[in-house]
Amino acid sequence: MTVSIGERGSIQVVVLAGEIDLQNSGEVRDAVLRCLQRKRPVVVDMGGITYIDSSGVASLVEGFQVARTMGMAFILAAVSPAAMRVLRLARLDRVFVIVADLDAAVESADR
Amino acid sequence: MTSEQVIAELIVPGRAGSLRLIRALLREAAMAHGADPDWTHDLVLAVDEACQNVIRHGYHGKMVSGDIHVQVSSDSAGLVIRVSDDAAGVGPEGPTPLPLDPSRPGGLGLHLMRSLTNECQWETPRAGRRNTLRLRKVFKPTGPEATDSGTRSDAENSSSGENRK
Repeated sequence: MTVSIGERGSIQVVVLAGEIDLQNSGEVRDAVLRCLQRKRPVVVDMGGITYIDSSGVASLVEGFQVARTMGMAFILAAVSPAAMRVLRLARLDRVFVIVADLDAAVESADR
Repeated sequence: MTSEQVIAELIVPGRAGSLRLIRALLREAAMAHGADPDWTHDLVLAVDEACQNVIRHGYHGKMVSGDIHVQVSSDSAGLVIRVSDDAAGVGPEGPTPLPLDPSRPGGLGLHLMRSLTNECQWETPRAGRRNTLRLRKVFKPTGPEATDSGTRSDAENSSSGENRK
């Protein structure tokens, strides 16, 4: 699994790729929360995720909750089929803001 | 009753670093039986969640260490996975079910285990172990009349629950 943080203008983009499980989901949580501490909108690029378990989903839920408390945009972008299946099973596809395209997600977060 | 044939067994330390190996075993077993990628993903996730539950709430949460024993069997219609451990017993009824709250973490692992398999129950522990969870997933039917029967619907899975304490 890889986690990288980039910037698109004022938007922070967390790029996740590979398999997210109990061993590395803490890195996802740390990256997301670190971005939110900067008090700028966050887009999570999930296009490269090949596997995610409940601990990975929980990291995203925590980010979502913190962002909501701060009144900050928190958008999941380009969600891979494997990740979308888990979000649907968890009934979170209607909780998160999910945008199919990364550019559109960044644009939406910038509003 | 269909007879089960053991096709693989794996004993690994009950820690997060073992999950990758468990997933690899399950993917190989599913592929060897011609399962498609979606079916395989769902089986892998269900078993991963079961093992994760043992690690988080059985061992690590109780500050004890122990093994996880994964046994993969096949029957005429699907794969049967038994996950055994040495953590404090959960009893045959399993963890206490609680409603799934989609906006909060927790409870999701058991929900996934139940919704991604056709059978999910704790059974009499295998010799030398304190808990054994049995998961069974039926292969998708093939042919023009095939439907996605490899996974139970939400209606069949109205109970979900909290992870083992």
